[in-house]
Amino acid sequence: MAVVFQKPKALTDATLHYCPGCTHGIIHRLVAEVLDELGIQGKTVGIASVGCSVMSYDYFDVDMVQAAHGRAPAVATGVKRANPENIVFTYQGDGDLAAIGTAETVHSAARGENITIIFVNNAIYGMTGGQMAPTTLPGQVTQTSPYGRDTNTVGFPLKVCELLSNVDGATYLERVAVNNVKNVKAAKKAIKKAFTYQTEGKGFTLIEVLSTCPTNWGLTPPNALKWLEENMIPYYPLGVYKDKFAEEETK
Amino acid sequence: MADKVLMKGNEAMAEAAIMAGCRHYLGYPITPQTEIAAYMSKRMPKVGGTFLQAESEISAINMVIGVASAGKRAMTSSSSPGISLKGEGLSYLAGCDLPAFVVNVQRGGPGLGGIQPSQADYFQATRGTSHGDYHMIVLAPNSVQEMVNLTFQGFDMADKYRMTVMLLADGTMGQMMEPVSLDMGEVKTYEKPWAVTGTNCEREHNIVNSLFLKPELLEQKNFERFERYAYIEENEAMYEEFLMDDAEVCVVAYGISARIAKNAIDAARAKGIKVGMFRPITLWPFPKKEIRAIADKVNSFISVELSMGQLIEDVKLYTECTKPCYLCNRTGGMIMTPEEVLAKIEEAVGGNK
Repeated sequence: MAVVFQKPKALTDATLHYCPGCTHGIIHRLVAEVLDELGIQGKTVGIASVGCSVMSYDYFDVDMVQAAHGRAPAVATGVKRANPENIVFTYQGDGDLAAIGTAETVHSAARGENITIIFVNNAIYGMTGGQMAPTTLPGQVTQTSPYGRDTNTVGFPLKVCELLSNVDGATYLERVAVNNVKNVKAAKKAIKKAFTYQTEGKGFTLIEVLSTCPTNWGLTPPNALKWLEENMIPYYPLGVYKDKFAEEETK
Repeated sequence: MADKVLMKGNEAMAEAAIMAGCRHYLGYPITPQTEIAAYMSKRMPKVGGTFLQAESEISAINMVIGVASAGKRAMTSSSSPGISLKGEGLSYLAGCDLPAFVVNVQRGGPGLGGIQPSQADYFQATRGTSHGDYHMIVLAPNSVQEMVNLTFQGFDMADKYRMTVMLLADGTMGQMMEPVSLDMGEVKTYEKPWAVTGTNCEREHNIVNSLFLKPELLEQKNFERFERYAYIEENEAMYEEFLMDDAEVCVVAYGISARIAKNAIDAARAKGIKVGMFRPITLWPFPKKEIRAIADKVNSFISVELSMGQLIEDVKLYTECTKPCYLCNRTGGMIMTPEEVLAKIEEAVGGNK
């Protein structure tokens, strides 16, 4: 009998610890499928971050380093500089990448490090129980913005792709979402392009993936997908924010 | 005999690191150790290595973690306030059992402090650079030659024990010029089957990690680490004794303080005072057995240090407070004169009373 669907080789057999309805699992799978399809599993090194995806080192069947909160791009820089033939990626959440690790993010992009960052933006700190994130939407209620994010007192969300699009060192930036089949397919295409660019030595690539957190948003999984579509996508428009090589092609 | 060259401490140390096989220097500028970065930025490209100026001390130490995870020799250097920032990474290096070589060319503190020589990071280096149960091997050179030798040796110890080795120097050590021999011999290489180099789809994946959510497992990890530490304490303590055979007073000092104390001891000997010096070269592991044995022979100890009584705590601890301990110190970037040390020696023997 023909096998029509199976677990990617780049995922281990470990059971994911993510909450029901969380879209981390989809994003893990997309990354693993890309590693399989590009035939780079054996030379890939992943950097896990701090947050819900902290234990992604158990899920990706590639060599992994667990980095301190926000430091994954610096650790990735070290790994890549030590062995440039390795394919190096980080897997980071919004608190990790856009708050405590902002400097590491911006400067790894500025240096044009030949690494790929998978940035999972679900507008909340999930692992610690739902606090306000740098990407929490204006008015969004969290444990530490119980009256809704008040932009007068705590400011505005960071739009990471827009921010990094001004950094000359960045090669390819795209924001995708995993809230429906069409978007999941587009997300995979973007992730594949990012890793492909890295194998070609083209420099810094970051894919921002809009993701859900049903548990801390206080929504059912279907309603969380709906909330993402109705609230996050308007604030964080999907699309390519920078693609140096597409720009070259069109010149 | 090998030819000697005249070199500045910071630069000689940097060259020794390259000779030790280090091809990755990750740093951030801070006085008084910036010559190390400047030297590395010139030399690393010539030897096929990587010099990278990070956006912060925190990033630099995490780049070291990345290089070390990948199985290569890596180093960073800084001075006191910068080492505080590196603290997080030093704890992760310990938790991940990674080898690393870190230089602290100490300056006066606390806070931004000053840029003059100091030894006020003794506690930080030997006790708690950061959170958690761990130690670093701490090497304290007192000459440019020793900076070179201990750097070469330090990289070896880091790989051998899979831990951070800190070279604890001070502004004077880093800036002074002395003739040195750079004849270091062969670099010993270590197998690193734990390194993240890609599985090649031929082995289980390696995970470099310090997260252990099960307390019984984390305790076990710490117990194992401390078994290694116990072995190191037994086997790696280094020290030098100076005129200790008949000494009645024992000066304890490391680094630049030991150089100054040596002059004072010579002056005291000329006056007929039986004084010698015990100089720990490893501050961790502290040569405890040796100083405890000395406590049975001398009448008193004098801790000569550029800090407000940090080294003296270890002198008291490891001599079990069996003999009086005097403190001769300056701080904040001020350096004691040999005369000040001599006065303290005379006080210890009752000569000035």
